[in-house]
Amino acid sequence: MNLMSLTAVELGKKIKAGEVTAVDAAKAALEQIKKLDGEYNCYVTVDEEAALREAEEVQKRIDAGELTGPLAGVPVAVKDNMCTEGTLTTCSSKILYNFRPTYTAEAVLNLKKAGAVVIGKTNMDEFAMGSTTETSHFGPTKNPWNPEHVPGGSSGGSCAAVAAEECAFALGSDTGGSIRQPSSFCGVTGIKPTYGTVSRYGLIAYGSSLDQIGPVCKDVTDCATVLEAIASYDPKDSTSVKRESYDFTSALVDNVKGLRIGIPRDYLGEGLDPEVREHILAAAKTLEEKGAVIEEFDLSLVEYAIPAYYVIASAEASSNLARFDGVKYGYRTQEYTGLHNMYKKSRSEGFGPEVKRRIMLGSFVLSSGYYDAYYLKALRTKALIKQAFDRAFAKYDVILGPAAPTTAPKLGESLSDPIKMYLGDIYTISVNLAGLPGISVPCGTDKNGLPIGLQLIGDCFQEHNIIRAAYAYEQTRAYERCAAAKAQD
Amino acid sequence: MANIISDETIEYVGILAKLELSSEEKEQAKKDMGNMLDYIDMLNQLDTEGVEPMSHVFPVHNVFREDVVTNGDGHEKTLANAPARKEDAFKVPKTVE
Repeated sequence: MNLMSLTAVELGKKIKAGEVTAVDAAKAALEQIKKLDGEYNCYVTVDEEAALREAEEVQKRIDAGELTGPLAGVPVAVKDNMCTEGTLTTCSSKILYNFRPTYTAEAVLNLKKAGAVVIGKTNMDEFAMGSTTETSHFGPTKNPWNPEHVPGGSSGGSCAAVAAEECAFALGSDTGGSIRQPSSFCGVTGIKPTYGTVSRYGLIAYGSSLDQIGPVCKDVTDCATVLEAIASYDPKDSTSVKRESYDFTSALVDNVKGLRIGIPRDYLGEGLDPEVREHILAAAKTLEEKGAVIEEFDLSLVEYAIPAYYVIASAEASSNLARFDGVKYGYRTQEYTGLHNMYKKSRSEGFGPEVKRRIMLGSFVLSSGYYDAYYLKALRTKALIKQAFDRAFAKYDVILGPAAPTTAPKLGESLSDPIKMYLGDIYTISVNLAGLPGISVPCGTDKNGLPIGLQLIGDCFQEHNIIRAAYAYEQTRAYERCAAAKAQD
Repeated sequence: MANIISDETIEYVGILAKLELSSEEKEQAKKDMGNMLDYIDMLNQLDTEGVEPMSHVFPVHNVFREDVVTNGDGHEKTLANAPARKEDAFKVPKTVE
């Protein structure tokens, strides 16, 4: 039996029943990494000894009856922008090439409390800036469905690792679509929760008002289970929200009767690949046949989300990334004359081109004379976008559309034209601006055999609606494994 | 209208961003930033008169706590990451003459 073919919850059940141990599971994941990661490069760091040691500890606590949850003993991969005490955390950047955090991110700590075993740290676009995982200092991750294509980004390593079954599930982070878009490209399921649901403590910040950590899994059940484990109110994150409920698994019900679903016409227009469109509409039809009430409507303002996002995210990034100066940790240039020259040279040598581009843009839009025209204008646009969603959610429980306008592009085709690459985020980005929860679930493949993702968006704190709709949809089609994963059976 | 980024602007932004760009990088940055601002100028089509800038989707407020130390002494672990250290301090180039 190939343990890596199981979902996280299925594997957790086998461990709980004593059929396999946490150590067996960790070994299976490490074995799969050895076999496949040379080709796909999903991981930046795999600490085999630490993972096996942790698995042994966890197994002891399972045997002692201390760990009884659904994720106890299950191997997880963590995106390399989440701090893990003593283990390299690089953000896929040269500037953090040797950084070992002195504490662990709250979301990861919550997973460890649930008994999950961290197997390694996954590759990403440098500082989560990018849509293809090609801006990583450690080389691109390749899509397990076809290694000539990108896995998407910025959580490309996490999504590819789940698709290639090099872990049972993973954590990603989503600032403008960085969980949902690569989930779509890799044929896996990923949730970006409502802003404030998962603590950002220990998540290396990119755009703090937009960043959220979320699960990347094989199916909706895993996603709801992992979200339940990682979500918490955390006084250490000043934007953490005390929610009324942290229960997400009770939404795993195969019933969408009467659920009101709106499809924005703006999400089906120009720029959308016809094959993606066809699959999204077929998925909507499926939900309609199951009793949901489907209607098209005009969301409006969709095209303004991308420019507003790049102003806000770059502004926040320019401030957040000011801390990397070669003084207390990370890369320091070899030769310098004086303090300021050391700062400048360390940063210029340590950051890659996309990161520099966004820091420059962010510094510009915040500078005296441009702040009102760009930064405040973007924040006003954000307010209007939020209002447009408020109007939509007065009529609908769920908004349905594609996660991305196309399937995964080929490696090497995206970085030369940044604005074109940014346009690929058109269906995901406004969700971050409005703080909403969104999920991407696989809904088929195109003629080249590349996965397509269906995005379901809910109102703030209404994860239940999107989990229910995604779960009900998923019951109509089995999880499709990529050929590379199936070949390991 | 096309945004033309001057050498002075790139120089100034470089100072704000604490980045030292090579002359090639500067030319590329001028082009990239101009293109990006042309694109961002699309926002000017929107009438935002009277709309309050929204920095956070939920009301945010300061989160206070008692000033009590809850973590232990982590100075050795913290200093272990230092690119250069001298005893119990981070070593940096001379800052005051």
